[in-house]
Amino acid sequence: MAGMVELVARSADLALNKSGKEKVMAEYQNIFTKVQVRGPAYAGVPMTGRNDPRTGKPLFSHFFGMIGDAQIGPIYLGWLGVASLLCGFIAFEIIGLNMWASVNWNPIQFIRQLPWLALEPPPPSYGLHLPPLAQGGWWIMAGFFLTTAVLLWWTRMYRRARALGLGTHVPWAFASAIWLYLVLGFLRPLLMGSWGEAVPFGIFPHLDWTASLSLRYGNLFYCPFHMLSIVFLYGSTLLFAMHGATILAVSRFGGEREIEQVLDRGTAAERAAIFWRWTMGFNATFESIHRWAWWFAVLCPLVGGIGILLTGTVVDNWYLWAVNHGVAPSYPHVTPAVIDPATVGSAQ
Amino acid sequence: MNFGIQVGIGLAAVAVVAIAVTSFQLPPAKQIQRGYRGVGMVQVYHPATLAKLEAANVAPAPDDPQDPSGQPSSAVYQNVQVLKDVDSNEFLRLMNSVTEWVAPQEGCAYCHDQNDMSSDKLYTKVVARRMFQMVGAINGTWKTHVGTTGVTCYTCHRGNPVPQNIWFNSARTEAPHGLSQEKLDKNLASSISASSSLPSDVLSEYLDHSENIRVAATTALPEGDLHSIKQTESTYGLMMHISQSLGVNCTYCHNSRSFSDWSQSTPQRVTAWYGIRMVRDLNTHYLDPLAGTFPHNRLGPTGDGPKLNCATCHNGVYKPLFGASMLKDYPELGPAKEASLAPPAAKPQ
Repeated sequence: MAGMVELVARSADLALNKSGKEKVMAEYQNIFTKVQVRGPAYAGVPMTGRNDPRTGKPLFSHFFGMIGDAQIGPIYLGWLGVASLLCGFIAFEIIGLNMWASVNWNPIQFIRQLPWLALEPPPPSYGLHLPPLAQGGWWIMAGFFLTTAVLLWWTRMYRRARALGLGTHVPWAFASAIWLYLVLGFLRPLLMGSWGEAVPFGIFPHLDWTASLSLRYGNLFYCPFHMLSIVFLYGSTLLFAMHGATILAVSRFGGEREIEQVLDRGTAAERAAIFWRWTMGFNATFESIHRWAWWFAVLCPLVGGIGILLTGTVVDNWYLWAVNHGVAPSYPHVTPAVIDPATVGSAQ
Repeated sequence: MNFGIQVGIGLAAVAVVAIAVTSFQLPPAKQIQRGYRGVGMVQVYHPATLAKLEAANVAPAPDDPQDPSGQPSSAVYQNVQVLKDVDSNEFLRLMNSVTEWVAPQEGCAYCHDQNDMSSDKLYTKVVARRMFQMVGAINGTWKTHVGTTGVTCYTCHRGNPVPQNIWFNSARTEAPHGLSQEKLDKNLASSISASSSLPSDVLSEYLDHSENIRVAATTALPEGDLHSIKQTESTYGLMMHISQSLGVNCTYCHNSRSFSDWSQSTPQRVTAWYGIRMVRDLNTHYLDPLAGTFPHNRLGPTGDGPKLNCATCHNGVYKPLFGASMLKDYPELGPAKEASLAPPAAKPQ
């Protein structure tokens, strides 16, 4: 196969080939994937038990090879996957068709205004009662099917992980995201006694909802769980950058063989460790860095969901809460003192 | 790399550049600090935008002062109901100026029957009379908002018989529909709240009716405050309307760490508070009652008359005409003197 290249760990002091004519040995020393490793199509480990076979003839895509594995398929959906996609499709259709109806079925306006359009939850006056379809009933239905789709997909992930004999780290990380989704659209509205507290399905509208939540409940930035969530969000990107960079940097010493280096620490692991001890005094190991990354990623939506769940149920104004607990400082005034004109007797 | 991918990347690059060029302005932007350091209370202006606004918001030079005739207008002209005590020469000067401010193309005939200048035959004359009363009320009753700068006809009209920024009630919520989600005055690109998807019927809620604007909790822990997130979206929509109309961001009035806290707000928030009440007063007492006076083609889709909002006077500037006072050259437009013409007193909110 033309693109097939044998990869060999390359010593650091190997001089670069300057003629440009000879074939330069491939390596991972780059910010993008320079070489594509292609073998014969691999159908995967044999399926056992009551699992359906994987379907489809594998194909190869050069483009996918640039960002991942060039082999596409075979795939396995199973009844969980099919049911999940079906539910997801129903939710997608309910949301999309209602959006389209909101611009009087005008196809041009539908595309033009798509980021603004939304399927809105019921008015707060319905509380937790079932509203008519036109007044949020569609939203409840879309939410039901979307939630079912997500939970079925989670089950599918769990079962596929087990079927391959893997740990269940990926499904549990996904569960953390599902937790936040359920808090926003189901658990918190339930505790607040109103579906109207939930998030609309729409691109800009859900962002406006987010800002409004913060405005109503006194600035979410003063919620300590929101603070933690931000720490884990930005921390995740930082760890991802540090880890990705470290492994790419030591790949010339075989550092991309991370699991082997966990058990049998070689020069790649040693150099990476020394680098971080030099620069920040402490280093994670080839094993622990993955636990760092997993926990940071999982804790981001986990603590964020706790913060949302407490908002309006346990705390009504996070800014005032933060003032009461010595979190929010006060700043000097630079403009003349202002009092609420509604409290002034002579107001118009 | 195959040709298709190269073409795709090329087109994507062109799209990104096109979006960047049409959506962004070249730095540097001008920043004006309006709060204590570190709290982010900064107004951001782009010199090119500011130059355009400055060119578009220039007060016209006043007409030359006239020697008084010694006679009030009511003694010289017939059917004068509002500016009765104004000297007749001042009255004529004002009429000339108003023509330039409101109907420079159409001239006197826009309001006056050419055969009988005193006739109330044209609806425009009846509306104009009410507008003179309104200007008097703004400059007298609403000094809390307009200060001594005051307003004249030009503040809103800018040479247009109908000011550029007016609004009508939306017909959207009244249209019947099939099985789908009911039509809401939100989740569409809104021209009145800075192209957001926020509710667009906020003008009717807050500037014609007196819906409650305050939605943020006033206690740290829940004590029965039932304001919903949807109500908050409406308040947010009104605030974006003000922001867009004045060409300022949130921190012109608010410290964004606690939007509702008056003690951390700027004095401009008080001015804006009175402004909201003023617009309500003007819409309910001056504009709404004129709906029956206007011909059909001047009415909105639900048969209501044209109304004011913040942009009607402000036109994208924090102070209309950048704070230039035209009132000082036309003192006859000042506070209404005749008690009989005083509008119904505005109720405190």
